Amino acid sequence: MSDMSLPAPVHRLATPFSNRRRQTLWAIGLSLSFLALIVVLGQRLDPAGLDTNLQARNQAPTWQHPFGTDWLGRDMLTRTLRGLTISLAVGVIASALSACIGLLIGLASATLGGWVDTVITWVIDMFLSLPHLVALILIAFVFGGGLTGVIASVALTHWTGLARLIRAEVLQLKTANYVQLSERLGRSRIWIARHHLLPHLIPQFVVGLLLLFPHAILHEAGITFIGIGLSPHQPAVGIILSESMRHLSTGYWWLAALPGLSLLVMVKSFDALGENLRALLDPKTSQE
Amino acid sequence: MKLLLFVVKKLARLAVLLIALSMAAFALVSLSPIDPVNAYIGADMLRVSPEQRAQIAERWGLNDPPVQRYLRWMGQALQGDLGTSSIYRQPVITVIGQRFTASLALMSAAWVLSGVLGFTLGVLAGGNEGSPLDRVVRWFAYTLAATPTFWLALLLLIVFSVTLRWTPICCAAPPGVLPEEATLLQRIHHLMLPAATLSIIGVANIALHTRQKLIAALHSDYALFATAQGEKRWGLIWQHGLRNIALPAITLQFASLSELFGGSVLAEQVFTYPGLGQATVQAGLRGDVPLLMGIVLFSAIFVFTGNALADLIYHVIDPRIRLGGGA
Repeated sequence: MSDMSLPAPVHRLATPFSNRRRQTLWAIGLSLSFLALIVVLGQRLDPAGLDTNLQARNQAPTWQHPFGTDWLGRDMLTRTLRGLTISLAVGVIASALSACIGLLIGLASATLGGWVDTVITWVIDMFLSLPHLVALILIAFVFGGGLTGVIASVALTHWTGLARLIRAEVLQLKTANYVQLSERLGRSRIWIARHHLLPHLIPQFVVGLLLLFPHAILHEAGITFIGIGLSPHQPAVGIILSESMRHLSTGYWWLAALPGLSLLVMVKSFDALGENLRALLDPKTSQE
Repeated sequence: MKLLLFVVKKLARLAVLLIALSMAAFALVSLSPIDPVNAYIGADMLRVSPEQRAQIAERWGLNDPPVQRYLRWMGQALQGDLGTSSIYRQPVITVIGQRFTASLALMSAAWVLSGVLGFTLGVLAGGNEGSPLDRVVRWFAYTLAATPTFWLALLLLIVFSVTLRWTPICCAAPPGVLPEEATLLQRIHHLMLPAATLSIIGVANIALHTRQKLIAALHSDYALFATAQGEKRWGLIWQHGLRNIALPAITLQFASLSELFGGSVLAEQVFTYPGLGQATVQAGLRGDVPLLMGIVLFSAIFVFTGNALADLIYHVIDPRIRLGGGA
């Protein structure tokens, strides 16, 4: 009996989903490979699918065209993957900018203190007092729309959360015993920043950046959908969906359903990536 | 007396906020490369002579320095005049008033529905922590948080308007009927899908929050004590849980007005519902600066009111921090 039951725990440990850490690593791997797949396919897929082919227009999904074809006979799978790649690129650029703004402003607020801190807190309050979409539309309008408008509006409206987080973190670290001890020992401010602050801030920054992606991509798609973002010559997912609206009443459901679903899956994998990395990097949950 | 002080404090804060916001928004808008005269003329570009353009610019005072323009705008705004919308050719106040009435019906329906539904789902999930039901609710809520609002609206449109033909495809009234003249039944019929979209999206946040709070309440000392006295699970939730989670849920729902407004912009766009959201999009697309400024200020008041009400409800309901102290 005993030699029958002994190998069981060993076997259990070896399966991929046996503990939290392995589950987390698998989730990270899966999300990353799915996102990589979108980018690679978006680049590599035969561009012939984008050509007008009037003999094959408005076809429902088949094996040859898994996402169907549109009113010009273009393959919707190719268009969707291209669109997702554009949205992904815009989302990545915008959230990277936004995270950098958040980091700088958070640092400035916490280290300079005084009136700088007051002004920054006020600006953050002002941003939060507006509905997010109204702020996006206002800033996109200020930058004259287009690609710059989208990137600027998404970058300039998403930094507040991270800035608050970084500010709180730095303020807390500054009063920590070991930091004060370092100061008494005569360490320079730069030494303290490098050895005591950065190790805490870098994970916060990376996770904050990753958790910005889903919001950035959803908002990019949103303002592109309402027509303030990219032009029809840059067919991001938002454009594809907004063009599909004209053809929905004729019953061509696949023009909207499948591209939107792909967008949802992409946003969800970014979300999974960020949440799982956070669980891994946060000392409170990393040992679970 | 304390209530009066609370209101006065909030009003003062709102006034400061609006002044700062109007300055920031005005500065931003005057930086825009979109020329308001060109945006106003639109397709008639070729038929308008340079002299006429200069006249329009002169009449709108566009040649004055921005600070002077801001002061003039502010002076008029204080008298209740936010200028004239160039796309609707009506005073901005009138446009916002009319549009907001339409949006208010939509938003309040969605607000109530998502609150009740989200709270119920949260209680069911939190009360059965770890059960399949809990997993389903959590998965559903997290997926909703990643769902583009406009895509959900399109899906509902495909299913209920195009395939089943239960609901109309667009607008706030049947074709050929003015929205003001539509019957109550017709209005509700046109409101159903946009309201459903916003309700479904709004459920996620409140359900997750309620679930979290209920789990925390059920793990508390007083819950343990009640269990030791022989209280059953649902009796415990009814007696002790709901009381403690209702207040945060109401607060959260009031604080979610900002997202509700954003969602209504997207939903109104899909269903061509003539509300404030659609006006916001038009103002941004066609460079209607006075209307855009008006909507920025109005939406800030809207969000601020939501947050202030959340604060107020805390003070009125919660015996621990009730206004007026131990009276």
